[in-house]
Amino acid sequence: MNKQILEISNLSVSIGNDTIIDNISMDFHWKKITTILGPSGCGKTTLIRCINRMHELIPHARVSGSILLFKKNIYEMNPILVRREIGMVFQRPNPFPTMSIYDNVIAGYKLNGIKLGSAEKDNIVETSLCRAGLWSEVKDALHRRGAFLSGGQQQRLCIARALAMKPRILLLDEPTSALDPKSTGHIEDLVSELKESVTIIMVTHNIRQASRISDFTAFLSKGELVEYGSTEKLFTVPEDKRTEEYLSRSAG
Amino acid sequence: MRKTSQLSPEDRNIRIYETLFSWILKFFSVLVVATLVGILATILIQALPSFRDAGINFYTGKSWDPVFKHFSATPFVVGTLATTVLALLISIPFSLSIALFSGFYLHPGRITSTIRLLIDLLAGIPSVIYGFWGLSIVVPAVRQFELFSGRVPYGVGIFTAALILSIMIVPYAASIGRDVIALVPSDLKEAGLALGATPYEVVRWIVMPYSKAGLLSGILLSFGRAIGETMAVTMVIGNANKIPGSIFDPANTISSIIANEFAEATDPIYVSHLIHMGLILFITTTAIGLFGRRVIKKWSSH
Ligand SMILES: Nc1ncnc2c1ncn2[C@@H]1O[C@H](COP(=O)(O)OP(=O)(O)O)[C@@H](O)[C@H]1O
Ligand SMILES: [Mg+2]
Repeated sequence: MNKQILEISNLSVSIGNDTIIDNISMDFHWKKITTILGPSGCGKTTLIRCINRMHELIPHARVSGSILLFKKNIYEMNPILVRREIGMVFQRPNPFPTMSIYDNVIAGYKLNGIKLGSAEKDNIVETSLCRAGLWSEVKDALHRRGAFLSGGQQQRLCIARALAMKPRILLLDEPTSALDPKSTGHIEDLVSELKESVTIIMVTHNIRQASRISDFTAFLSKGELVEYGSTEKLFTVPEDKRTEEYLSRSAG
Repeated sequence: MRKTSQLSPEDRNIRIYETLFSWILKFFSVLVVATLVGILATILIQALPSFRDAGINFYTGKSWDPVFKHFSATPFVVGTLATTVLALLISIPFSLSIALFSGFYLHPGRITSTIRLLIDLLAGIPSVIYGFWGLSIVVPAVRQFELFSGRVPYGVGIFTAALILSIMIVPYAASIGRDVIALVPSDLKEAGLALGATPYEVVRWIVMPYSKAGLLSGILLSFGRAIGETMAVTMVIGNANKIPGSIFDPANTISSIIANEFAEATDPIYVSHLIHMGLILFITTTAIGLFGRRVIKKWSSH
């Protein structure tokens, strides 16, 4: 692996007495799209939440193992800094309903108490919305609240909000599962473009989506990392029987 | 197909019971509404002589002196506003903290339900107990403070009443606030935290803006509660019929003057003036209650 951006070693997560993630080790690739694939309930969300320490919100969750971000253990870093480096987009679009589109994009700065000049703010808002492919659609409504946006537009607004913080890694948790096919296509194109500038880790349970856009795929089952490799190889010659079964069942 | 005239005897019995039952329900419901209308009508009619006798002077005058037949509500309107606004100001930091603590910071569990129980208990304490506790603990404490800061050591007065009142209204604002804050979608809180915000920043920029209408209505409802509170206030406010010059002065609120003087008012016009003040109180608390409810409704539908 050319650049060690993110390395997970021996990560296990338990909630109460249940083991949710079972001793997973994997390295992610710099400026590539990695999808995490697996049946519902296998621990995909839990795994990516460990990467930006959002799992700490779950009561009674215990984590062992380490995650290194550029060789630094994120569990020894300030979680706030971890989250600024590693942005997150959720399953359901969740723009802040009390804020305008403009304020949503720079919400990360406002929330963190980072003061910016207005020219700088304008610049960040425009750049982020452009990167999220939303600028042309909302540039005349920046100071309106985002409630009138479609689901797909709201999700792109959330992507812009995450990009505004200039993260090096972007986590997306089934970002299209609440969207129609057209918006889904839009987001997929967008994610493919974004890998020019950020490392992308995306959860999906849609195998076509994984094969369309990702460079690498990890297959999870019952909290275990069953198989991990280039998307092409995993989809054409899977090594593990469980992967093969899952792929053929989901394709059928 | 059976026609209604061919109902079996059992069917007919059921019919009769059903009709009877619905009439009983209607009777009691109408009775309650009629009582409410009746009370309003009684107050209005009995306040009429006061309207005629005092006119606008009731609101613009400055003194209340039954012996010299000076009847103006101003000292009590001022006393009520001073006491309740002060009580609100004192109670807001407490009720907001409790609401945020149990609605945001803590996961639902044993601690939150204990807090809920304690707050409900606080709301259930009879007001005379608060008054009694105020007289034996708060009044001497305030007197010490007044001595210490070079004021007349009344002990009783607006400040003391506001302290007691603020404790009494905390449960109202706190429980509404907690419910309103717990309703903020966790999606939004997570979005904020995932952007690197601290819990405080999430509260400040996401939770508060989202729930501000609900919080406001909680404060309004506790305000309505404070305005109407009688017993505890009457016991510790010092019962002085002057426009208070400072928050440490003894005074009277509208409800405490009525409670104090109604029994000894013999002159019919004196009684009418007291009832006139009761009308002001009735209208104010009803208006605040309705407005608060409207704010909640509007908020919960968006
Ligand atoms: N907050 C929680 N409390 C208890 N169990 C949880 C919690 N979140 C997730 N789990 C459990 O962890 C397992 C994995 O969940 P998740 O990571 O959401 O799976 P996926 O995203 O792959 O569908 C599930 O069995 C789920 O029941
Ligand atoms: Mg999930």
